Amino acid sequence: MKVSEIVKALDLKVFSGSRGLEAEVSGGYVSDLLSDVMGNAEASQVWVTLQTHKNVMAVASLKDLAAVILVSGHRPDENTAAQSEEEGIPILGTGLSAFQVSGKLYELIGKK
Amino acid sequence: MDQELHYEYNVEGGDFSRAGYASSQIKKILKRLNIDAGVIKRTVVACYEAEVNIVAHAYSGAVYFDIESNRLKIVFRDEGPGIEDIEMAMTEGFSTASEEVREMGFGAGMGLSNMKKNADQLNIESEVGRGTRVEIIINT
Amino acid sequence: MKVSDIVRILDGRLVCGDNRSDYTIDVAFASDLMSDVLTLVNDNVLLITGLANLQTIRTAEMSDINCIVFARNKKVSQEMVSLAEESGISLIECRYSVFRTCGLLYQAGVKPVY
Repeated sequence: MKVSEIVKALDLKVFSGSRGLEAEVSGGYVSDLLSDVMGNAEASQVWVTLQTHKNVMAVASLKDLAAVILVSGHRPDENTAAQSEEEGIPILGTGLSAFQVSGKLYELIGKK
Repeated sequence: MDQELHYEYNVEGGDFSRAGYASSQIKKILKRLNIDAGVIKRTVVACYEAEVNIVAHAYSGAVYFDIESNRLKIVFRDEGPGIEDIEMAMTEGFSTASEEVREMGFGAGMGLSNMKKNADQLNIESEVGRGTRVEIIINT
Repeated sequence: MKVSDIVRILDGRLVCGDNRSDYTIDVAFASDLMSDVLTLVNDNVLLITGLANLQTIRTAEMSDINCIVFARNKKVSQEMVSLAEESGISLIECRYSVFRTCGLLYQAGVKPVY
């Protein structure tokens, strides 16, 4: 499944990095601890979090993640969005909580 | 309340294993006094954020808890680096917390706005290089 | 949903709160940020987190949360159990990711806080 299909199915807002919308997604990872994502997320996963600061993109890029979904109506900081553009890793947004958006994403792509 | 009560607790900077002890004691006292559950929750959430701030940023501090006739007054006084720009610190998302504090589940820049949301009055005074005084007032 | 059902769905381990396994939760919330958890106003919330330390228990105590699932195979320490017992909080260890934990519980009909 592609990032763009998830955007459509879950009605997500695309903040930045739309260049990466055609990337394939392998699963989801939910975490607000950057070191945990560094240690445990896998390539091509979609990362669900409410962290908005710049280090989020550094981690997403190092781990080759497919996209970041910001929950609970959070918006990326300016330089976070800029870095997402640069890396071509989309930052997406939803007003839903992490629990609900993860529940829906799990239904959509299953596993992990 | 027909009687006025006063309690004090010490807070150690950097000691995360004890962070929340004072707030927990305050919660127990309020429960015993049969204070409304919603008021208790507002009080202890605001107190806990303030207490964690001392642990996260200061060297040492103390909590002064007063139960007055129609309000609760909780003062958090610390010796620490102080806050340079209080208005900036109140901005949601603004944080000077260390990576270590972030990995403890805090330091996302939500603490002060959480306090403001829960307190009826929040007064912050700070002197850079000396310390900070946070006063939380909850009407009962 | 009963705590005992959550344990079964997640193939988890109830570390403390055996005597409260009939306790029911209405809604769930997933977060590793305690300030985020402290913004909740609901009662009977199940907290799903990968943050396993004393502050997780303290946060639950302040927010009147009575059940916590520790995902990502996090282990609960004896100190955490003692503190949880004091406040009547049930703790569940689970080896799944937070993502899978949310997915399974959502599928089973647990509602979000919002």
